[in-house]
Amino acid sequence: MTTSTPTAEGLPGRPSAAVRASSFLHRHPRLRLAGLLSAPMLWLVVAYLGSLAVMFVTAFWRLDTGGFVAVLDRTPSLQNFTELLTEDVYRRVALRTLGIAAAVTVVDTLVALPMAFYMAKVASPRTRKVLVALVLTPLWASYLVKAYAWRTMLAEDGVVNWALGPVGGRGPGFGLAATAITLGYLWLPYMILPVFAGLERIPDSLLEASGDLGGTAGRTFRTVVLPLLFPSIVAGSIFTFSLTLGDYIAVKIVGGSTQMFANVIYDNIGVAGNLPFAAAAAVFPVVAILLYLALVRRTGALDNL
Amino acid sequence: MTLSARARLLLRLATFGGLAVIYVPLLVVLVNSFNPSKTFGWPPSGFTTQWWSRAASNPGARAALLTSVEIALAATALALVLGSMAAFAVARYRWFGRETVSFLVVLPIALPGIVTGIALNSAFSAGGVALGFLTVVVGHATFCIVVVYNNVLARLRRTGTTLEEASADLGASTLQTFLHVTFPQLRGALLAGGLLAFALSFDEIVVTQFTISAGLQTLPIWIFANLFRPNQAPVVNVVAAALVVASVIPVYLANRLSEGNGGGRL
Repeated sequence: MTTSTPTAEGLPGRPSAAVRASSFLHRHPRLRLAGLLSAPMLWLVVAYLGSLAVMFVTAFWRLDTGGFVAVLDRTPSLQNFTELLTEDVYRRVALRTLGIAAAVTVVDTLVALPMAFYMAKVASPRTRKVLVALVLTPLWASYLVKAYAWRTMLAEDGVVNWALGPVGGRGPGFGLAATAITLGYLWLPYMILPVFAGLERIPDSLLEASGDLGGTAGRTFRTVVLPLLFPSIVAGSIFTFSLTLGDYIAVKIVGGSTQMFANVIYDNIGVAGNLPFAAAAAVFPVVAILLYLALVRRTGALDNL
Repeated sequence: MTLSARARLLLRLATFGGLAVIYVPLLVVLVNSFNPSKTFGWPPSGFTTQWWSRAASNPGARAALLTSVEIALAATALALVLGSMAAFAVARYRWFGRETVSFLVVLPIALPGIVTGIALNSAFSAGGVALGFLTVVVGHATFCIVVVYNNVLARLRRTGTTLEEASADLGASTLQTFLHVTFPQLRGALLAGGLLAFALSFDEIVVTQFTISAGLQTLPIWIFANLFRPNQAPVVNVVAAALVVASVIPVYLANRLSEGNGGGRL
């Protein structure tokens, strides 16, 4: 390396410090790797995983509110978890949240299937491009604005009641149903996109073969398309499911007095200042999502994300 | 698959019905921002632009917008640096534990925002760090790394190392190769990743709520704080409408970006 040292443009003679440093690095790939990895790993492992670990430890502490001033008791105990598992109110909220998550997933699947099918298999390539753009664009619109939009839709003198009024119908008003509708609306693109991608991967020849063998459109869809599409639907459901489990904002905007599980977490931080209890509660959605991921791993859905 | 004319029609109806459901609420927000009635009953009672001018001079909304932009820029800059470094380490070197990086990078966005928020909040409070501008930037950068990482990694895998090797063979230093060969190839990926990171940070409310101090407001925090105040409704309406309009900008930019790449521009 002493024979020909590369020089920076136009600088004769002794190479600049930057050039010397870069050629030193060039000869030491391990050092280069260490340099590249240091900052991201410091951030993600030390700061982020470290934070998760702190949260996990905090979950075993307790905020003793018995006295005049709340005291943080750092002796490890399972009391937060016992309370969350045994008290009726938490079980009800947890079941309600899982119910909403399931309903949102089913509704989004039912809405996404025909849309994605039309986009992937019926529409002309040009229309397809436009449709994909139209489905993608609302993803960029603010989450809060979309939830707020449903507040204006479902309000007492809002659009839904106005549209249903002439036929004697009424919207659901703010509450559980409004929460499910809003969450379903928010996560719909996350279901359409994986299902659309899955449909695009199914060759048209398979559908034609089924038709040639006498399969009706409905039968072809049930016995050829759906089984092949299942991993994509599951991939979409991972989004709809886990996003619903973590949501506490939409329900505050359109849910009236309805509570979801994430509200339990949020309220314990905000109003009660009970960080240990909130941390313990936050373990539950994480466990639920990990269980769900383990459950659907076999379907190959994780490769469709 | 041969579909009957009826099946085609039904599919088309379902698709356009679905699109209507997606777009009607957003249009209602737009229309309502010109509704003179302060209660925003539907249908609008007339047409006015006074809420728009009122919102434009609202000090709270303006300060929140500025804070949001500053935080998003800082978080994007951090995510660009950290995400690219991680992508280079994964794409260009073989080492033990390489496969876990993708998992680690995606974790902050895969877990619900409230979990990431609480984790950071507990760590800041355990470490005695006062919440404020910087803690929000840290929180946002953490979940923005993944979009930069994914974009840069995909580009690095696609371009391979042949051009870089050619550059080195022709006598360029590592630095020169990076500046004149590697970086220009990555520009599109960095722009796309940066755009996504900015949008994610700009829109984030959950992680923000857990990492921000009481005196500071980003735009989503401002909207959420004023959403339930009847006398602020007109201004909130306009801000919401403006954000709906603004969401077209990143779509347009992303489209331009992908066209540029497709055109074979180096």
